[in-house]
Amino acid sequence: MDIDWAALGEVFGVSLVMTVALVGLFTVGIVGLSPKTEPGGPDGSAGPETAPSALARTGAYVCFTLCAAAVAYGIYLIVK
Amino acid sequence: MEHLTLIIGVVVVTALVFDFTNGFHDTANAMATTISTGALKPKTAVAMSAVLNLVGAFLSVEVAKTISGGIIDEGSGIQPEVIFAGLVGAIVWNLLTWLAGLPSSSSHALFGGLIGATLVSVGWNGVHMDAIVMKVLIPAIAAPLVAGIAAAAATRLTYRLAARRSADQTAKGYRAGQITSGALVSLAHGTNDAQKTMGVITLALITGGSLAPNSDPPTWVIVSAALAIALGTYLGGWRIIRTMGKGLTDIQPPQGFSAQTSSATVILASSHLGFALSTTQVCSGSIMGSGVGKKGGVVRWSTAGRMVAAWGLTLPAAGLIAGAAAFLADQGSWGVVTVAILGVAACATIWAASRRDRVDHSNVNDVDPVTGQAVAAEGGADGAVEPVSIPAPRTATGPAPQATV
Repeated sequence: MDIDWAALGEVFGVSLVMTVALVGLFTVGIVGLSPKTEPGGPDGSAGPETAPSALARTGAYVCFTLCAAAVAYGIYLIVK
Repeated sequence: MEHLTLIIGVVVVTALVFDFTNGFHDTANAMATTISTGALKPKTAVAMSAVLNLVGAFLSVEVAKTISGGIIDEGSGIQPEVIFAGLVGAIVWNLLTWLAGLPSSSSHALFGGLIGATLVSVGWNGVHMDAIVMKVLIPAIAAPLVAGIAAAAATRLTYRLAARRSADQTAKGYRAGQITSGALVSLAHGTNDAQKTMGVITLALITGGSLAPNSDPPTWVIVSAALAIALGTYLGGWRIIRTMGKGLTDIQPPQGFSAQTSSATVILASSHLGFALSTTQVCSGSIMGSGVGKKGGVVRWSTAGRMVAAWGLTLPAAGLIAGAAAFLADQGSWGVVTVAILGVAACATIWAASRRDRVDHSNVNDVDPVTGQAVAAEGGADGAVEPVSIPAPRTATGPAPQATV
């Protein structure tokens, strides 16, 4: 029986890498856009929430754009 | 339009019925976690999924070619009656597992049905065993594993990256992620599953002499198959959505997002290479992987076990029903009519049984949360939540389902 291990390995490898990459990128984007809770006073209570900085927001949008590009490429591969 | 005889017409209609059952059986794959975490309302989710399935169905015909030529030998004298019997087997098994709320593979039901019917009608030389092992059995084991591993890794990563934010702060982001990844899975499902019905219809047309061998599916085949699966998707297999969304593990938005992204990539990567894999098994694998990937995540292994048992049984069970149907159908026209009547009766019986314990969009999320012990969801202590039991499969553990055919 002739099993195409190469193709199977390809699917495995691509899936693993793309999934982790996409989820990681998107999460970084979410974190960049979300408000941060400052560490609170000496009694351990949470401090005020601060809005994300401009740098964080820009970085987030870059991440989201990369994700969108990856998805678009994936769809393009199917349609081809 | 090509010359169509009555039997081919019957086969086409039956194939579209199968496609319809495929639709509602598999809605859960894309939408279960999105619905169970509340990222989308149930009706909205299935509507979106239906539209994307429709779009996906038009995008690619790679998988269709596998079905027509890969597993069954078109030249070995297969008649449309055989395909009809195969489809009947697949439909009945699909409905039985739907009744039990078990996510089983519609694709394997189809393969099993076709293989069983071909074995009874033609014999061993009608099936390509290598193709079955290479294109069906190996992906069946490998795909959920790959999806599970990818989902587990992604879940761990996303929790680690978002560790210093609270759930409220990231909620909107994960919700967007879930909707997007769910949309991708629906699209991927459309590219993968509608093709199978297209392939079967094309096979029927070829064996009935209306099409030349190795043809591409005609446009009307593509359109009708796409519509059938979209309609089934919209009607939604709520029973199965409940099992996948709540019954396997208690899904949080980060997990749902990771699981769905993993499912989408595995399905899309395989479609691209022409592997006909089971979207259901991939998505279930992802969900369990994401359950394992979260620290302190609990997976309801008893449900998982029943589900895997159903997976293992699908090919032979559908094959047995189809084999019986093929035996009857081979007797002549009255045989075909008998199979049709018995098939319709079986479907009606199953549907009636499902009404006794109705699950729809209003109660799909009513399941007791997964606890540390593997408890069945009966007798909930909390009076506010309607205790619902995921019914033990009355038929899935037997050697063959209660023979209503």
